Amino acid sequence: MSETVIPYMVKPHPVTGLPNGKFGIWLFLSSEVMLFGALFSSYVLIRIGMPHWPPEGGLSSEVLSVPWGTFNTAVLITSSITMVLAWASCKMGSLPRFKMWMGATVFLALVFLVVKYFEYSDKFHHDHFPSHDNFFAVYFLLTGLHGLHIVGGIIVNTFLLTWGSRMWKTDPEHFTNRVENAGLYWHFVDLVWIFLFPSLYLL
Amino acid sequence: MSVEHHTAGGNGHGHADHGHHELPFWRKYIFSVDHKVIGIQYAVTALVFLLFGFSLMMLLRWQLAYPGQPLPVLGKLLGETAMPGGVMAPEFYNQLGAMHGTIMVFLGVVPLAVGGFGNFVVPLQIGAPDMAFPRLNMVSYWVFLPGCILMVCSFFANGGAAQSGWTSYPPLSDIAPAGQTMWCLAMVLIITSSLLGSINFIVTIVQLRAKGLTYWRLPFFVHAQLVTAFLLLLAFPPLEAATVMQLMDRLAGTSFFLPSGLVVSGEQLKAAGGGSPLLWQHLFWFLAHPEVYVLILPGMGIVAEVIANNTRKPLWGYRLLVYSVIFIGFMSFVVWAHHMFMTGMGTTMSTFFQTTTMIISIPSVVILTCFIMSLYGGNIRFTAPMLFATAFLPMFAIGGLTGLPLGLTASDIYLHDTFYVIGHFHYVVAPGTLFALFAGIYYWYPKATGRQLSDKLGKVHFWLSFVAINFVFMPMFFQGMAGLSRRLYDPTVYAHGRGVQALNVVISWGAWGLALAQLPFVVNFFMSLRAGARVAENPWHSTTLEWAAPSPPGHGNFLTEPVVYREPYEYSVPGKTKDYSPQFQAEG
Amino acid sequence: MDEKIYGWWLPPDVSVHGAKIDQLMSVLHWFMLLLFIGWGVFFVYCLVRFRARPGHVAVYTPVRGIATKYIEAFVVVVEIFLLFGLSTPVWLAYKNNVPDAKKALHVRLVAEQFAWNFQYPGKDGKFGKNDPSQISGDNPLGIDPEDPAGKDDLVTVNNLHVPTNRPVIVDVSSKDVIHSFNIPVLRVKQDTIPGQQVSIWFEATQTGHFELACAQLCGLGHYRMRGDVLIDTPEEFDKWQTENAPPPPGEPAAAAPEEKK
Repeated sequence: MSETVIPYMVKPHPVTGLPNGKFGIWLFLSSEVMLFGALFSSYVLIRIGMPHWPPEGGLSSEVLSVPWGTFNTAVLITSSITMVLAWASCKMGSLPRFKMWMGATVFLALVFLVVKYFEYSDKFHHDHFPSHDNFFAVYFLLTGLHGLHIVGGIIVNTFLLTWGSRMWKTDPEHFTNRVENAGLYWHFVDLVWIFLFPSLYLL
Repeated sequence: MSVEHHTAGGNGHGHADHGHHELPFWRKYIFSVDHKVIGIQYAVTALVFLLFGFSLMMLLRWQLAYPGQPLPVLGKLLGETAMPGGVMAPEFYNQLGAMHGTIMVFLGVVPLAVGGFGNFVVPLQIGAPDMAFPRLNMVSYWVFLPGCILMVCSFFANGGAAQSGWTSYPPLSDIAPAGQTMWCLAMVLIITSSLLGSINFIVTIVQLRAKGLTYWRLPFFVHAQLVTAFLLLLAFPPLEAATVMQLMDRLAGTSFFLPSGLVVSGEQLKAAGGGSPLLWQHLFWFLAHPEVYVLILPGMGIVAEVIANNTRKPLWGYRLLVYSVIFIGFMSFVVWAHHMFMTGMGTTMSTFFQTTTMIISIPSVVILTCFIMSLYGGNIRFTAPMLFATAFLPMFAIGGLTGLPLGLTASDIYLHDTFYVIGHFHYVVAPGTLFALFAGIYYWYPKATGRQLSDKLGKVHFWLSFVAINFVFMPMFFQGMAGLSRRLYDPTVYAHGRGVQALNVVISWGAWGLALAQLPFVVNFFMSLRAGARVAENPWHSTTLEWAAPSPPGHGNFLTEPVVYREPYEYSVPGKTKDYSPQFQAEG
Repeated sequence: MDEKIYGWWLPPDVSVHGAKIDQLMSVLHWFMLLLFIGWGVFFVYCLVRFRARPGHVAVYTPVRGIATKYIEAFVVVVEIFLLFGLSTPVWLAYKNNVPDAKKALHVRLVAEQFAWNFQYPGKDGKFGKNDPSQISGDNPLGIDPEDPAGKDDLVTVNNLHVPTNRPVIVDVSSKDVIHSFNIPVLRVKQDTIPGQQVSIWFEATQTGHFELACAQLCGLGHYRMRGDVLIDTPEEFDKWQTENAPPPPGEPAAAAPEEKK
């Protein structure tokens, strides 16, 4: 059996203007909106059901580290910029430039995770596990699932940086589309953090 | 449509694909990326689990018909924990109930209707060579199957399988034995598989339609699958979130669903508290209501195809059907709390949800009416698939109508969580969807295998099933009106239960009879694979695109690129010699 | 207890608000039957009249759907009536007409795996505080022994006594998992959710011995969460309350409150 040829893998569909992969990523992101929407709604419901938030008193910004949160926000926003530059490098035909910018994106994502590692360790050190109270349950749930999405993005971006970039030789347009789709996903993960940071750390 | 001249995806082979090199067995049949193979994988897996889920219920029905009596033969085989002395233990009864529901919905009906029929038929009906993302399709199945295995293995967990209903309400599910954790993990896998699949369906239907196949020329089956895919895509994530929260409550000691001050078996529960059991209900039903439309819509799609084909005339109200199914899709997202009327809901919320629930009944009435009207003026062939598709109509009517007292809060006060509810939803999904799925199997089996199922055996299967199934579910409405609660290990504890106990005996024998009624089908299914009459491309003289491909279709599906010239149900067109004008033939 | 009253349809209604619910059920089922027979007759007619037979052909465009538009409109109108003319008013009337607290008998219910714990406030009309840490075998509701209001409270298990012709307000909650307080003959049902207290009310019109059943799966004992509902005349009820009230402080305890399983 030969490989089946699927239309609109690379060239956009005349009516939708999208290649299949881009359409698929947007649909995936719509389901992710529902996922994080459910998580945020749960946070709201739990929070308004409690007399104090955080339950032990004080302010969220006293329990969570706003400086590190701000730093991480800057890291992710920058990584979105480097992601766009990686895609732009593909569009402009330069694989070395792509590798540089994609490498920067992966690096920044890893920095984000390292900071989160320190944040989590600090919490555990003070016996603030998810079971401690719902403030921490919500914090670990939301940032944990977000963190898993960051890991997913790192895996995809690393793949594109390494084995995946072999496609550049045979089909640069298809590869560029893949980078664009990965970029859309990455911007979404960044956007979720932009909502997470103020709602968990600041409010 | 433009066609790319290179292989699909960078898998490293690099050479042009115009030669036919044979794939090794494991890539051709196990990790296949061909939608037809994947469709059959889903269908066969689902049929196995339908049988398993049904068996769980048949066991449970023994306890309901003969409470406290030892089960002959099987009672000893199931072990002393589940059936001490051959008598069912209450915990085992609850496991059978929870797993029956979960397995039938998530491992049976949806994988067959969407994974099986959707995967196999949709690309063929739209003239596509495969799904938009063949490898993603393969991944979907191989995430689904481990989920199923994990789900079934939960019976061997310490304390048994999930036993808090398919609805898994906390706090009960939070403190339930280990099988519930396996339920949660299995659901995460199954939900993920579903999400990946739904992306595939939507992109395929929008992007890969053949030349000339506009939206208004799509078979209704495809419209139904498209709406279903959107429901799966957007409604499942909140349940995935909720399942993760339940896992955290069970494994990490959180209190998402545990309020403060719980006292279980005399001891204060060690949890931080501050959570809400209702949060789970909202998240669960936000999925589970659209899920019931996922259960019915593909079935309605199949019924449409089979009715058009066997009445030899176009569907009545095709556009109305499409608008109705889209409207149902939207509305299904705003009715969920009608499952929660008894939770202490305020009057504003309950009035809102009652109203949306009444509104959503209208398109269902429209769809049923269009189907019945489609019979008018026809030349009706009562083939095996047509018998099932025809019976769907009154059965779905009963199921739908009995939803009315449940959807109105005042009457729901009395009927909530009684057997009336069980009767209602089973009518819709058992003689409703399952009959539609049988119609689909009889209809598309020739396309998938190149052979016909025996029509005689099909008719025997139909009549036996139709009679038995009504004996199973009709009495339940009376049990519900008498006030009998669901999920009772022994209904005879209550006087109002004793009043309807005779009906439990009728129902159980009906269920066991229904099982026997499936034997002609099983025999037919396997026998026809070898000995069924061989068929060409279009044995039913149908009009839709899948009948242009060989039976079974080869890789790439169509011998020449399909082009669509007309609407999907051009039967008995005046002035033509044949009573059908296929979409894919240039002149009728 | 009279078994004969329980058949294959609604049991007798012994509540004030139940008549409207039963009326709605009746109208609904007639409507459903009408629709089913209407569709059904037409359906069978089509199957017979339009069956394939020699010489018979299908009609490409049969009759236009004018009748169907009227039928759909009729269905919509009836549903609007059912919703806004019957169900919503009945529901709102029930929910919004909270009985006068002075006239009503107040009972507190805390459900648990697998029993119904009722607390009556006694002559002082006040409930003793419930403290989870005080819960024990003979204090299932954890009534605080320091609270004077609780000294005359009466606790029963699986046993609800109410008088006729007097509104009863039941504040329901749960200790552990979700249960559901369900008395079919009184046409009441309310989920008992831990962490929440919800009030429901009813007024009984007839005496008798009836049943309380749990209507939400709550574990392996869900099936045996049966309670007795004894509807007494007002005099019988007063007598029962007096006879079973806890003794004043200082006197030895009388016989434990009756427990019928």
